[in-house]
Amino acid sequence: MKKLPFFGLFTLLLLVLVACKKDDPAPFVGPTMPSNFPAPVYDMEANPTTAAGVALGKKLFYDNILSRDNTISCASCHISYSAFSNPGHQTSHGIDNLFGRRNAPAIQNALWKTGFLWDGGVPNLDLVALNAIQSPVEMDESPALVLEKLRKHSEYPALFKKAYGTDDITTATFLQALSQFMGMLVSANSRYDHYIRNEPGGDLSQDEFDGLEIFEQKCATCHSGELFTDQQYRNNGILNDFSFDRGRNEVSQLPEDIGKFRVPSLRNITATGPYMHHGKFNTLEKVLDHYASGVLDSPTLDPLLRQSDGSLGIPLSVPEKTKLLAFLKTLTDEQFLRDERFSE
Amino acid sequence: MQKLIFGAIALFALTLTVPACKDKVEVVGFGSVEVEFDNQAEGAPLVFGKDYTNVAGEKLQFSMFNYYISNVVLIKEDGTRYVVPKDASYFLCKHDDAASRLLKFSNVPAGDYTKLEFVVGIDSAKSVSPIAERTGVLDPATGASGHYWSWNSGYIFMKMEGTSPAAPAAGNFHFEYHIGLFGGKDSPTLNNLKTINLSVPNDAAIVREGGDTPHFHLFVNPLEMFGTPTTVSIADKPAAHGDPFSAVLANNYADMFEIDHVHN
Repeated sequence: MKKLPFFGLFTLLLLVLVACKKDDPAPFVGPTMPSNFPAPVYDMEANPTTAAGVALGKKLFYDNILSRDNTISCASCHISYSAFSNPGHQTSHGIDNLFGRRNAPAIQNALWKTGFLWDGGVPNLDLVALNAIQSPVEMDESPALVLEKLRKHSEYPALFKKAYGTDDITTATFLQALSQFMGMLVSANSRYDHYIRNEPGGDLSQDEFDGLEIFEQKCATCHSGELFTDQQYRNNGILNDFSFDRGRNEVSQLPEDIGKFRVPSLRNITATGPYMHHGKFNTLEKVLDHYASGVLDSPTLDPLLRQSDGSLGIPLSVPEKTKLLAFLKTLTDEQFLRDERFSE
Repeated sequence: MQKLIFGAIALFALTLTVPACKDKVEVVGFGSVEVEFDNQAEGAPLVFGKDYTNVAGEKLQFSMFNYYISNVVLIKEDGTRYVVPKDASYFLCKHDDAASRLLKFSNVPAGDYTKLEFVVGIDSAKSVSPIAERTGVLDPATGASGHYWSWNSGYIFMKMEGTSPAAPAAGNFHFEYHIGLFGGKDSPTLNNLKTINLSVPNDAAIVREGGDTPHFHLFVNPLEMFGTPTTVSIADKPAAHGDPFSAVLANNYADMFEIDHVHN
């Protein structure tokens, strides 16, 4: 009888220990560095990823406070299940229902990008948010006012303190928190990735495999490597009049850049339509038809789209298009599109 | 006798080693320098709202005149260059903020300085530097507010705005020239960075340990941007914002700057 209380106490202690262990949060894992990717371009050491930094960045990403009238957040145009592009919208509507000129790009694998925006106007991930915040058709807010709003907010000073050790909110810490969250958005678990890394789930059908071969012959000069882009600026002949949007020329001011836009990644392409810088094509079939027979000539048309016989575009037969489409679908990374760490 | 002669020779030798002039201080150690950017037009200090005439014959008034000065180098008579430590060398000179136009440098090696060199704008390395290194007048949200293009990442090196009857009525007779573009990072762009080289008209700036702080008094004439080598007409071009015309303006501003005099 005397032994029972001791035994009970011991069991209770054991149960408490077990219960406590179950409640331990999983250790924080920063952005994945896929083995089939090159080294990231972003300076990871200048902005180390932490759980608190990512949580803060995510909260900011989904917060309307960044806009003048507190109605528009980053997530208004960058939606998680569309690889952070804007599904069904050729161009997006921002504050006061004003439309921009260009299709909202996907936010994925940003750590590997050498430039941002369709014209490469921003070279560093840390600076991209400034463009959306200040744009009169997006958030129309001054960054200085954003900082003031954050300082007066009931939660942000404490969240900044948790992430940076000080509740003194600065331009740098604000932008770096957003970068920490966006840096987490790594997509490298598509069926193609499993195939290329020889992992389970990497079986390609015959059509998909044939499509990969056609892709490598006919598409991979521009949509190159594991990022599926050479990150260059090219005129792919979707227009011959660039007076409405001169593309890269608007940044470089060089005449040879008129009509050139940044080659986008094709990862998650099934989720990021409509396609091209102004969202002209709403299906991938239309994109392939464009390359096969719809290319428009202009002085800066990419030389790769001029064939030796004088024809424009990339010759593609109907079966080739079918196989290419099959292959492009293997670039969809369902795990990324549904990752609850990133969704609202 | 030998001791006397020896002593005399020693004393004589000693007098040769001691500097003859009592008030000639040895040129070692460090001192301070000031450089003032004094905006002037038509022979008098620049006044916003006052009428001026440009070389194209157009009447105008200024309402804004700001420019970044960076990468300052002080050059001695003998050609020795003192490069001001980079992070102490970024200034945003705003016409209506006199303190912002007075650049102060300390720990300047003693010597006689006859030339000044600086960049108008923010050099390319700083233009692509990490956000954490952009503080003060380089902070895109605060100190550089109004002087930063978020859509084409980079600083606006010079902002000149005003009104003129020659400017379009639809724009309220407003003209504005915003000059930026540092040459680009992963892909080349236009480069409007200019280095200005100036020589003192007469006296060198004398920097001595424990001595007075010499003051380079520069005159900066905004009207000079409207000519030499290319005449600029407000009627033809009332605005520039990071576009090819900004190159014409930047090429014109070399003779906007001169060292009017040095106070020692």
